Amino acid sequence: MNGSTEMLVVVLAAMAQALAILAGALLLAAVMTVVERRLLGLWQDRHGPNRVGPWGSLQLVADMIKILFKEDWIPPFADRALFVLAPAIAMASLLLSFMIIPWTPTWGVADWHIGLLFFFAMAGINVYAVLLGGWSSGNKYALLGAMRATAQTLSYEVFMGLSLMGVVALAGSFNLRDIVAAQQGLWFIVPQFFGFCTFLVAGVAVTHRHPFDQPEAEQELADGYHIEYSGMKFGMFYVGEYLGMVLVSALIVTLFFGGWHGPWLPPFVWFALKTAALLVLFVLLRASLPRPRFDRMMSFGWRVCLPLTLINLLVTGAAILWLSPAAD
Amino acid sequence: MWTSLIPATWSQLRTLGMVFRHAFRKRETVSYPEEAVYLSPRFRGRIVLTRDPDGEERCVACNLCAVACPVDCIALEKGEAEDGRWYPASFRINFSRCIYCGMCEEACPTSAIQLTPDFEMSEYRRQDMVYEKEDLQIDGPGKDHDYHFYKVAGLAIAGKGKGEAQDEKPPRDVRTLLP
Repeated sequence: MNGSTEMLVVVLAAMAQALAILAGALLLAAVMTVVERRLLGLWQDRHGPNRVGPWGSLQLVADMIKILFKEDWIPPFADRALFVLAPAIAMASLLLSFMIIPWTPTWGVADWHIGLLFFFAMAGINVYAVLLGGWSSGNKYALLGAMRATAQTLSYEVFMGLSLMGVVALAGSFNLRDIVAAQQGLWFIVPQFFGFCTFLVAGVAVTHRHPFDQPEAEQELADGYHIEYSGMKFGMFYVGEYLGMVLVSALIVTLFFGGWHGPWLPPFVWFALKTAALLVLFVLLRASLPRPRFDRMMSFGWRVCLPLTLINLLVTGAAILWLSPAAD
Repeated sequence: MWTSLIPATWSQLRTLGMVFRHAFRKRETVSYPEEAVYLSPRFRGRIVLTRDPDGEERCVACNLCAVACPVDCIALEKGEAEDGRWYPASFRINFSRCIYCGMCEEACPTSAIQLTPDFEMSEYRRQDMVYEKEDLQIDGPGKDHDYHFYKVAGLAIAGKGKGEAQDEKPPRDVRTLLP
């Protein structure tokens, strides 16, 4: 076997791995749409969808068949190009972010030192999906929802970045593999508890999940920015929301809960278990918390979370300097 | 804002805990087709026409049920048997219109029309919801086990003349009352 053949095998293996991760992430997001409904049912003392297949396991198939065969209607007053582009951005930006997540010591698509920054960039691009979707729909509720979503996401992204700087400072790297390696002894949730709290809040807000779902507030905005969407374009926004949920859960596990670290079980099982626990937390948040008023949510972001992250970053920096061996 | 942060956070966490504890509660939903729903004995469902203890039709085609029905879903025609009894020549209830109020049962003087605890009568075609007499008639006396209209009523039928009903005195010749 010569060098080029070995190279080819490596490249093909990496591509297969990337495809497997892509398919896995998509499948997990799709399954979450059903799991969420079952869990909401459980916490509201009812059953949830349990009719299709044993214990409702085929509900996903039924939903897929339904949404794939629905009429894909573009309103005559919509801006066609942007209208089609928006859901593609919504899903693609989130799917691309899955590149940086190290699932196990050997699995993961990209091993970059800009890792976390790439996630912030993709989260920034994801705002465009909502903004363009709301704008191109030519509907005032869609526009209002898009405006809210943009204002909310931008505000919460400010301290989402800052909340992770403590983690980055402790690990000394933006590379997620380095961050996981730095948590060998102690998970970052302990020294970075406030960073965790603010990142959780920001993550929920950036994915427009309950209770930060003002952009889609059914009662006021009749579903906000995707009001004019139907069929698979709506499906892409919808699955995109769950992709965001999976992504933020996986990121929280990587950044604060030691990634794949854990005794006895194989690394991937640990990662999956932690991610699943966080996904359940996401659903629990939706099941229990009411939606706050928009201005209160904004003032919470700017006047509580942002100062908290700044103080957290300041204290973390001071502690690192204090505890590091004297450089003089 | 900062002072209220701690109680507010605690309140949210408490809510999360309370909702999570619902996972261990019994579910309120009854999985209906697999699990039977409890129906009270007085549940008002599908309407039937009962028979008296002798197995004869109770309905005397008096039309009171049709009059009492607020949605006009009952239609019947009177027939008269050779022995002098009245009976419904036809009896039709449109269950796609019936509201199961039970007024017909209250109006019925002979306990003939009764509502039963059964509501599973879906059809694919609306026309199939119209029940004819043979669909309504049952073999037993329903809720009222002993009542027998012609045995207590004064009407003369074949085999039971005037004054021969239960607790009935023979008819008095009114001319004997004259002074």
